[in-house]
Amino acid sequence: MKIVIDWVRCEGNGACVVAAPELFDIDNEDMLIVLDETPSEDKRAALERAVASCPRRAIVIEG
Amino acid sequence: MAGQAPPRTIAIAGGSLAGLSAAEELRAQGFGESIIVVGREPEMPYDRPPLSKQMLKGEMAADALALACKPDMDITWRLGKSATGLDVGARTLTLDDGESLAFDGLVIATGASPRRLPFGGLAGMHVLRTRQDAEQLKADLDRQPARVVVIGGGFIGAEIAATCRALNIAVTIVEPLPGLLIRALGPMVSELVGNIHRDQGVELRTGTQAFDALADGAGRVRAIRLSDGTEIETDVVVVAVGVVPETHWLEGSGLDISDGVLCDATCLAAPGIAAAGDIARWPNTRFDECRRVEHWDNAIQQGRYAARRLLADESATTEPYTPVPWVWSDQFGLKLQVYGSTVLHDELRFVDGPTDDHKFVALYRRGGRLAGVAGIGKVRSLLGYRRMLEAGTSWDDATSATSASAQGTAQ
Repeated sequence: MKIVIDWVRCEGNGACVVAAPELFDIDNEDMLIVLDETPSEDKRAALERAVASCPRRAIVIEG
Repeated sequence: MAGQAPPRTIAIAGGSLAGLSAAEELRAQGFGESIIVVGREPEMPYDRPPLSKQMLKGEMAADALALACKPDMDITWRLGKSATGLDVGARTLTLDDGESLAFDGLVIATGASPRRLPFGGLAGMHVLRTRQDAEQLKADLDRQPARVVVIGGGFIGAEIAATCRALNIAVTIVEPLPGLLIRALGPMVSELVGNIHRDQGVELRTGTQAFDALADGAGRVRAIRLSDGTEIETDVVVVAVGVVPETHWLEGSGLDISDGVLCDATCLAAPGIAAAGDIARWPNTRFDECRRVEHWDNAIQQGRYAARRLLADESATTEPYTPVPWVWSDQFGLKLQVYGSTVLHDELRFVDGPTDDHKFVALYRRGGRLAGVAGIGKVRSLLGYRRMLEAGTSWDDATSATSASAQGTAQ
């Protein structure tokens, strides 16, 4: 499972940080940080919450 | 044990974000029976936030608005149809084509519609809620009108004004209260947002009411008359004075629809009947308030919660729905975000900024607690306060954490 971010769409809203703090963070310049680009399968539910909560639909799960 | 048969048919009245989220969550929870979604608009669910921004600017085509809907979900869509009645005891919905639809569980998610003014209805006067509304407004903006008048200085009105400026169209906001967003965010943040708008060339007519719309010979709006008697010449008007919940079809159902559908703390309006999204009024025990939340994010979260609620045994204790509401607004390339509950606050305090480029973080106190946070930019800091809202942090702890982190940054 791989997290792919559409960096053109991402606005650094931080919704994914709320949904899955173990996978995402925001830096001091309001840029998204992906903490683990290839998370283990047990993170899938949290990741799917993050995907759905993104107002820009900028997160894609591959695999 | 009381127990109950598991639901076989779950109906969802409302085919937008809350209804879609409920349907998706039902499937995600393993519900394998029938899901029927009744939607008034003739099209599949689409995303509304871009309507006031990217779509009006022509940056986003209408078909790009579609909300991703997994193809294997096996949902029956009854689109272009409205629910016209509900029998709570018999658990049936009546549709506008006369069909009677029996259900075991129902999610009421019919949302809200733009509030209308007592005058108007002229050509050139718009509201903005649906894709069709946006297409009609865009057609008028594409003609590069000499001026647009936006009636209402809330989130939607402010965003439309910002979009007009991006299109290099002169725009006036008419707002009866003393400032933009003032009801939601208080005078200090309102002043800051107002200054941003003025700097960008938006004319603000606050503290005055739009009183009448004047027509030209062809029946098109030619001016808006204000309560002080002055007239603003314009041939495009957007009325953005809030929404009213779509509850008229529930009259006589026995549900309390005094302001939306009144629910308990678990979003149930009656046995087997939940509500979600703009239409649902429920006691959020986290903030000791009972109100509707008209935010995009709440439509998703509450839609999902309502689905889980219907699948849970009604006799079982269910965790109440206690979200930390979140809303964002994009204006002039600035991202305003609000977490928690900022209305009816006792105190507003800037803990960071405002900076020269308008970034800030402001905290809202209600009683002895941190109740809300608003800011432009500074997302990381806002998320920190969001966690405090989730934890129920006291005002003193929240504000002392501020000074501690500020010192930490300075070193």
